[in-house]
Amino acid sequence: MFAIRRGRRGSSSSNFTMDETVAEYIRRTVLKIPRHEIMEMLTTWDFLSKTQLQTLNMHRMKEEISQDVVKLCEENFASIKQAAILDMIYNHVYRNKRIWTVYQMTKAAGEETDSFNLADFKYKFKRSLRSALKNVTINFREYEDNAIWIRIAWGAQYSKPNQYKATYVVYHSQTPYVFVSISTLRSNMPLLCQAMVHASSYHDIHEMELRSRCLDSLKDIVFKRYSQTFQTYHPKPLQERNVAPEKVEPRIIQENKREKERIRRVNQEVFGDGIQPKLEFAQYKLETMFKGEPEMDILAEKEPFRCVVKFSSPHLLEALKSLAPAGMADAPLSPLLTCIPQKARNYFKIKERKGLLSASCLGP
Amino acid sequence: MKYWDQLSEAYNRPLKGSLDKPLEKIIFIHLATSLPLPAERDHIRPRIDLIVFMINIQSKYSFKNVEASLSHMDAKFFLGKVCFLITGAGRVNHCSVEMNAVRKLGNLHCSPVIFCELDSEGIRLATAQRLLRILQICAGHVPGVSALFFSSLMKSSIDE
Repeated sequence: MFAIRRGRRGSSSSNFTMDETVAEYIRRTVLKIPRHEIMEMLTTWDFLSKTQLQTLNMHRMKEEISQDVVKLCEENFASIKQAAILDMIYNHVYRNKRIWTVYQMTKAAGEETDSFNLADFKYKFKRSLRSALKNVTINFREYEDNAIWIRIAWGAQYSKPNQYKATYVVYHSQTPYVFVSISTLRSNMPLLCQAMVHASSYHDIHEMELRSRCLDSLKDIVFKRYSQTFQTYHPKPLQERNVAPEKVEPRIIQENKREKERIRRVNQEVFGDGIQPKLEFAQYKLETMFKGEPEMDILAEKEPFRCVVKFSSPHLLEALKSLAPAGMADAPLSPLLTCIPQKARNYFKIKERKGLLSASCLGP
Repeated sequence: MKYWDQLSEAYNRPLKGSLDKPLEKIIFIHLATSLPLPAERDHIRPRIDLIVFMINIQSKYSFKNVEASLSHMDAKFFLGKVCFLITGAGRVNHCSVEMNAVRKLGNLHCSPVIFCELDSEGIRLATAQRLLRILQICAGHVPGVSALFFSSLMKSSIDE
């Protein structure tokens, strides 16, 4: 069926009028793409022929380019399926524009891991979602790193799917991790989780309290691909013989060389040598007792003092790593800040320890 | 520490030929994260003519560190041989330390407060030259001007 359609490329569009919503969606998607990447993305899309792409004048206004693309799509009888694939290509390139949440799936006790079958996965996933919700658009796209990208546009019982507020799911086969980016209300999340568990033959799924814009960094954290701290036999990196010596200014004397070295060593033990995964925030919900002067009479009843502390930075873990060497914090930093990659979470709840009013711990 | 490194880089430019030859040879900049200085270097440490406390007012830690270090100072240094160098004041919305607290610190220790934006190379260079001039006076290389006199002169000009 698809091959026949592609064979009719370039034919007159007089007998085919593309759905208005599809045309508008393609137009808006093209407008989102930076000018210098439009041609590259359209080529990756592979819906328009090379001849058709050559007719596009990239020196015109973006608005006009988008209209031209829509006309070409009309010639090729574009449906919402093709429009969604273009959106997936855009979102794969600009994945850091979305906020991703990590979910972890678990098997029942003693259950074996099945071999993964993509066709079976797609079928089960679609069937599971469509049995619960009729108006839903589902698209799949595979990438080289065993990542399956799923795009879901949700509708209601009597309304078409809203293509502008699609949910994106990235699933790595043979791993229990799912990365979800929601653009709408979380009301459809149970349906999505149910479909995911059913399609991948797992027993349960739960949110991991790990969120970021940088999808690749989230993958690095959960797949343990970042520079972890471990004892090496060569604490100092081996240098080549012809490395130029560091420029030393004889008039500048470092008084705290030992302290600097200690900070460097402690920092290396805590953070490792490599670049940290990129997270933009860490949030701590405090439910600890207020420890003030008794006469201040704040919270006379032994009620927890509830507040939220949020750390934000374009690259939070690197920022934390640089605090002690910059002389802006004591080394080592609090484990509450340094445990983020190891615990694979950046949302914490800190509660009082049972029976100990002075100490606090990490809650789930 | 990176702030010191930036400034000491700027220090070295005015040194090239702008001062008397004998002074150029004997200027040493000792960088420390806090006081007291490590005891193991006491026997090789020369006389200190000027102490510059650097405070990044975007960091309360920096301010507290300086406050704690001040208690380790010999009182004679406060007779004109101390000054406070404040950085980060340009970005008001990022300031964690009140400007008033910084000024109070200067008044309390009878020492001048100098502001410097390290992001600007021009200001960095001008501040380095200014500190070198203060150092010349503190080291007794400017006849007829003592450190105490110069410090009180600076203080009165700030008060006005």
